Amino acid sequence: MILIFNKGMNTNMEKDTQWPLWEIFIQANPGIPHKHVGSLHAADAEMALQNARDVYTRRNEGISIWVVEARFIKASSPEDAGSFFEPANDKVYRHPTFYKVPDGVKYL
Amino acid sequence: MQKDEKVLLEEFQSKIDKGVKIEPKDWMPLKYRNQLIRMMSQHAHSEIVGMLPEGNWITRAPSLRRKAILLAKVQDEAGHGMYLYSAAETLGIDRTTLLEQLHSGKAKYSSIFNYPTLTWADIGAIGWLVDGAAIMNQTALAKGSYGPYSRAMVRICKEESFHNRQGYEIMCSLAFGSQEQKQMAQDALNRWWWPAIMMLGPSDDNSPNTEELMRWRVKMESNDAIRERFIDRTVPQADYIGLSIPDPELKIDEATGHYKHGPINWEEFFNVIKGNGPCNKSRLKTRVDADRNGKWVREAAEAYAAKRVIRDDTDF
Ligand SMILES: [Fe+2]
Ligand SMILES: [Fe+2]
Repeated sequence: MILIFNKGMNTNMEKDTQWPLWEIFIQANPGIPHKHVGSLHAADAEMALQNARDVYTRRNEGISIWVVEARFIKASSPEDAGSFFEPANDKVYRHPTFYKVPDGVKYL
Repeated sequence: MQKDEKVLLEEFQSKIDKGVKIEPKDWMPLKYRNQLIRMMSQHAHSEIVGMLPEGNWITRAPSLRRKAILLAKVQDEAGHGMYLYSAAETLGIDRTTLLEQLHSGKAKYSSIFNYPTLTWADIGAIGWLVDGAAIMNQTALAKGSYGPYSRAMVRICKEESFHNRQGYEIMCSLAFGSQEQKQMAQDALNRWWWPAIMMLGPSDDNSPNTEELMRWRVKMESNDAIRERFIDRTVPQADYIGLSIPDPELKIDEATGHYKHGPINWEEFFNVIKGNGPCNKSRLKTRVDADRNGKWVREAAEAYAAKRVIRDDTDF
């Protein structure tokens, strides 16, 4: 996904921008989440949906499409991943395997 | 705290060795980034320019069935170009720049698309040989280290096998048809065989940087290894339809069990790459014209989108 490099994003009519960039999420079947599949360029959301259909679902790969203009996505950064996700590291008691279940006790 | 380059490079290499994909925001050596931009954009351009030789026959396909198939195939190639441009953009280069590089002739695309499609049999030969060779290359690239490229490649590979089969099907109908049809198929094979062999790239002793690119899993296999596999798989397919490969020196090497081909005319290959193939100029002109003629459409769509935002910014 393009998250940091968004040149060509400001709709400046002087320069040929090839239109803004949209990230595409597709739900393949009912009951499962939408999944990121790639990106494309489109002038507006409606066109992004139509282009996404033609680019990413030519073989019935989806039943639903979300399009999000790339510049609106804020992503965490890999360099900070260590400290950013650190709070979860020392909380083993969040997992059921942390607890001892007495022998013979069932349904816990 | 800023880690120094050496540590970053070690971490980068160890991820690759463990088979962990590199993602757009991860640290990567500048050389890796630039090499990938070059490869992915060349690949994207090839998909786009690659529509032209086949597009030439859409209106003259011999039946409605063939026409529908060819249309779908060419549309897939457009899709492949789009997947790859968008994957290349994750490395910080924008679409406008990529297209400018193609249109100015600065960026390269596969040499094979600079050959003309003279008869309908060429459409068969392209699907069978050109897509066939591309599949060999792309299956290897799908295992590459850069996440967005490898994911695009997985998708592309899934779509390619129909391209390959429809081409072989065309060759079958011609080869098992009238004497004239068979001759047409043989003629197409004669013209496309060597360009298809060459499109897999220069021989190993003539491609620099390979070692580092393999270590970074940008390149997965040497050109010669991929070429050998392509030939091994394709020759029996030609035998089956009774066509002969235009290489008098082609024979199975008893020691390895693989086919050995005769000498390749690399001079022709480099000459086509340099821009002197039969169709380089017309291919480029077609792309440049398409871009120029589409400019007002892009501007109109942007103006329309901007107007709608002003009119009602909640409804898009
Ligand atoms: Fe393709
Ligand atoms: Fe293809």
